[in-house]
Amino acid sequence: MIARKTLALAMTGLMLAAAPVLAQPTEIRIGVALEPPALDPTAGAAEAIDVVVYQNIFEGLVRIDQTGAVQPGLAESWTISDEGLTYRFKLREGVTFHDGTSFDAEDVKFTFARLLAEDSVNAQKALYTAISDVSAIDPTTVEFTLSRPDGLFLFNLGRGDAVIVAPESAGNNAAEPIGTGPFAFIQWDRGSRVVLEQYGPYWGEKPALTKATYMFISDTATMTNALLAGDVDGTNNFAAEALAVFENNPQFKVLVGSTEGETILATNNRREPFSDLKVRQAMAHALDRQEIIEGATYGYGVPIGTHFAPHHPYYLDLTNTYPHDVEAARALLAEAGYADGFSATLKLPPVAYARLSGQIIASQFAEVGISLELVNMEWAQWLEDVFANKDFDLTIISHVEPFDIGIYANPDYYFGYDNPEVQALNETLNATTDEAERKRLAQEIQTIIARDAVNGYLFELAQTGVWNAKLEGMWQNAPVEGVVLRDIRWVE
Amino acid sequence: MMRKLARQHPSLAIGLLAAGIFALLGLVSLWWTPYPIDQIAISRRFLGPGWAHWLGTDHLGRDMLSLVMSGMLTSFVVASLGVLIGVGIGVPLGLAAVAWGGAVEWLVLRFSDLTFAFPAVIVAILIATLAGPGATNATIAIGIFNIPVFARVARGGALAIATQDYVAAARLAGLGRATIAARHLLPNIMSLLIVQGTIQLSLGILAEAGLSYIGLGTQPPATSLGLMLRDAQSLFLIHPSLSLIPGLTIVLVVIALNIAGDGLRDAMDPRLRHQGLSHGAG
Repeated sequence: MIARKTLALAMTGLMLAAAPVLAQPTEIRIGVALEPPALDPTAGAAEAIDVVVYQNIFEGLVRIDQTGAVQPGLAESWTISDEGLTYRFKLREGVTFHDGTSFDAEDVKFTFARLLAEDSVNAQKALYTAISDVSAIDPTTVEFTLSRPDGLFLFNLGRGDAVIVAPESAGNNAAEPIGTGPFAFIQWDRGSRVVLEQYGPYWGEKPALTKATYMFISDTATMTNALLAGDVDGTNNFAAEALAVFENNPQFKVLVGSTEGETILATNNRREPFSDLKVRQAMAHALDRQEIIEGATYGYGVPIGTHFAPHHPYYLDLTNTYPHDVEAARALLAEAGYADGFSATLKLPPVAYARLSGQIIASQFAEVGISLELVNMEWAQWLEDVFANKDFDLTIISHVEPFDIGIYANPDYYFGYDNPEVQALNETLNATTDEAERKRLAQEIQTIIARDAVNGYLFELAQTGVWNAKLEGMWQNAPVEGVVLRDIRWVE
Repeated sequence: MMRKLARQHPSLAIGLLAAGIFALLGLVSLWWTPYPIDQIAISRRFLGPGWAHWLGTDHLGRDMLSLVMSGMLTSFVVASLGVLIGVGIGVPLGLAAVAWGGAVEWLVLRFSDLTFAFPAVIVAILIATLAGPGATNATIAIGIFNIPVFARVARGGALAIATQDYVAAARLAGLGRATIAARHLLPNIMSLLIVQGTIQLSLGILAEAGLSYIGLGTQPPATSLGLMLRDAQSLFLIHPSLSLIPGLTIVLVVIALNIAGDGLRDAMDPRLRHQGLSHGAG
């Protein structure tokens, strides 16, 4: 009896050991640094949510592809009225949610009613305020009416914030997300991983992967070992400092791409002495961007001189507005009445680029007489103190939302920049659909905020993915937050 | 004198000398380091050991020797203050337990059991949650962890002394309990306390490094050996010397202090060798 049991156990062991060899590689384990606080992308700002769910579990009417272009999603086609105020979407048929309920125009209507409701917790609600009405013409046709033209309307519909949810399941999406995407949610072991499995009845082309596991590994050394040991098959964004480990290793491929993350030395424009333009200009002169990029991103960041992504066609290179010049910085400080410099605090969230940039900037500012006290914070505390209560002098943060220059038109935003000229320009920009005119307006705003040195403009965050060399189809750039599994496959 | 010490107690001499050199290096960093430790120069980072930088430079181009010196100071200061807190509160508690006995003794023992139940790291996490991370809070956490250690050592030593005839004589002469504890018990357990202090100093240095390593101790731009390890850990495969230098320094300091502690114990009271002092680890 005992012998038989032992034999059975041994055979189970053999089968377990043999399984990975025999099975077609259609599963993937992706290491990501941050665990999402919840899994509902329509109810939270955390990028970590989109990394797991965007275009995998949830889909929008349109989707953003890896070049940043808008592609059909749950809407297979659309027409726009001449004045740009009415969008009519033709929805796909035969689409079902992962709980089996079917998708139709009523779900779209529900999604946007929920998003725009008074008590909505959507992080990007402001992007959709142009919508004045959503009506279901028939089960496969939806019409959006806008109160003003919005040049970014389609792009915004493709964000994770506007994915379509069902009235039956929307309330539980934070813990048990149910969408229409190619992958269905299986389980979430908090503190460890989220497991997704291919959704059989998916309406579109079946992805090559059958199962995907997101493993949450926040420590760089642990991630390095997990990659080297083959415990994870790749990560979308690996710490630049240790990238050299994988660069010349033929078993891995390193994908260096751009993101939408403008990393800035955010400055509290409400507070003395930062309310003084001369002080902000002095700080801009004191920054040595090249050294910060080298030190904090190991050369992978791209210098920016304003709040705009360098790979965007509207981008204007303003990095020379205030070149690194210690003498000029001292002179400006003296003119502003701070000949002996001043002291301030620099609050740093728990991300490597911020902590490293912080130490380097403190050293650079010390040269012109500004002494910075570094205060390291956890995310929750940073969000509350800096972002919500605006209780800070300086902080370092990457703004990862695409095309987010509109935050400079909001005087209540955390850095408190109040310039009626920019506010008017931004309003015109939002209402303009002509491409050339939009570009001119966007560049004018870029120039003004650069000249006003609203914040210290440091660099555009790079995305440095490390993947198993046998994997293909990962996004190199990140035009929108997310790790899209659709095209990822193993090749031998 | 030194030569005699080296002949009679070689381990004590070696341990004291090594620990003294390390402490001196730390002290010197108050006035002088080869390079200022807050001077960041990315262009010269990851330099190997050489003439300009004896131990090389770190990921921000700071001189490793300067960082080690300054980190050593942090380690010694935090650990010594931790010992002072432990002695200052623990010893009076231990002596009181012996002098008064009864309910006082019961209270002191239960209190030290309770504190022993929480390792230094847990206490530090608690303090860091309440007051934020920092060197001061690490000091307090290590100090709290030291209190029951010294209370027990003081009580253990004093119990043996309390049965001596001269203590009884002092009591007959009308001296109060507190006076007896201070005049007769304390001087006689001094050697015990000094030896235990050396051991706790080395444990304190380890604890400070551990707390800084997990981010609860010293915060940048100040530096400590544990913080250097923390900064270097993701770079270990590329630049191992950044981890090895602070790591080896911690090992050497702790070994030096332990050798010195053992030597002190032998030198002060050979009988203690057989009793064996508790090396209670955090």
